[in-house]
Amino acid sequence: MTQPLEMLIETPSQTGGPYVHIGCIPSFAGVEGIYPEDLGLSPIAKGARGEAITVTGSIYDGTGWAMRDAMLESWQADAAGLHPGQQGADPNVSGFCRFAADKDSGEFTLKTVKPGPVMGRDGPLMAPHISLWIVARGINIGLNTRVYFDDEDNSADPLLARIEQRHRVDTLIAKTTGVGAYRFDVRLQGEGETVFLDL
Amino acid sequence: MNDKAALMPRRREAHPVPYWPDYKTSVTRSPSLPLLSMESTPSEETGPRFGHSLIGPLDNNLIVNYTGGKAPAVGERIRVHGRVLDETGRPVPQTLVEIWQANAGGRYRHIKDTYFAPLDPNFGGCGRTLTDADGFYEFMTIRPGAYPWPNRANDWRPMHVHFSIFGHAFGQRLISQMYFEGDPLIDRCPIMATIRDRSQIERLVAPLDMQNSRAMDYLAYKFDIVLRGRRQTMFENKPEGM
Ligand SMILES: [Fe+3]
Repeated sequence: MTQPLEMLIETPSQTGGPYVHIGCIPSFAGVEGIYPEDLGLSPIAKGARGEAITVTGSIYDGTGWAMRDAMLESWQADAAGLHPGQQGADPNVSGFCRFAADKDSGEFTLKTVKPGPVMGRDGPLMAPHISLWIVARGINIGLNTRVYFDDEDNSADPLLARIEQRHRVDTLIAKTTGVGAYRFDVRLQGEGETVFLDL
Repeated sequence: MNDKAALMPRRREAHPVPYWPDYKTSVTRSPSLPLLSMESTPSEETGPRFGHSLIGPLDNNLIVNYTGGKAPAVGERIRVHGRVLDETGRPVPQTLVEIWQANAGGRYRHIKDTYFAPLDPNFGGCGRTLTDADGFYEFMTIRPGAYPWPNRANDWRPMHVHFSIFGHAFGQRLISQMYFEGDPLIDRCPIMATIRDRSQIERLVAPLDMQNSRAMDYLAYKFDIVLRGRRQTMFENKPEGM
């Protein structure tokens, strides 16, 4: 026998289901009047420093269908690479956004400022990136991934460096489509499956 | 506790399997390749924080929050309460807990819910609150009805309340569901069955808590939630050059 470790176990996840919007973005779901507005409408406030960007994309299921019912959350650093709450962080960057795939087209849009490189853990700087969390009906535990940018130097990023099959790195890189505009599609399964993270 | 400490790795065996053919939607929505594992970084160890100014006085009372206190929702009045802790047993204070649920007839206020049970004009179906300094939270609501859903030929969801919890780090983010003690539909639910560990299933089933019920008013159900913890950090500050 040994001493007990006395650790608790994390509560198991369950799917957000088809009505996750009622709980998280009720106005979007048509449930009006309980809260003044939905939480996380924008990750930035007026005056946020840095380059304004728009990331647009879709989330495709294993059949290639752009999902209409997904909800996403993003979390990011400010233009200087500081996370909200850290000393010196831009007070106009909350860093958090909640958004959903469009009910008709399945497309989502994130308007924010481009984050700066972020200090990693005991290692090299991480290339600018936005953390994404995706929930939907049929997703039993929320999926984590990251959005990197094709016009940044991603060569020394410690997370991207861990991807053995180098062609899969591309699934985490948003592609420039215009000035300050990027495309980032997520594929849950099959050909071009996005790299999802466990960290 | 050091807010910069690494998160404990997620114990994936404690969670549902992503691919479960009896839950048909999961078949095309589950990644087929392994996840990329790495120690957490500041991007996962930090996260959004919400203050009391966000929360309205009726936000955690689903019985009345849709009508602004004018008229109560139909249904069995219940109180759902518990604590948010992390894997080390420490309370998680000041963290946002959001819930949503069907009405007493098992119908959601949602354009896609076409079940013919009626909408309740006095019930919206969502609420939120912040945990207190000791990690406690509570909601007043009505017991949600079980409802049928298109999956296998005749599948019904047990009575359940959906929960969304933030913690203090983006890597702690969790969505789950609370079920009710004694519901015979729990063991017939293919979504419940995505959790393969029986003891983990039981952790989603809230016991009836008579001691915290109020006579002639409401029944209480206790539902504690555990989020990922952070590693102890005594040896974290490596001397130069090591
Ligand atoms: Fe539900």
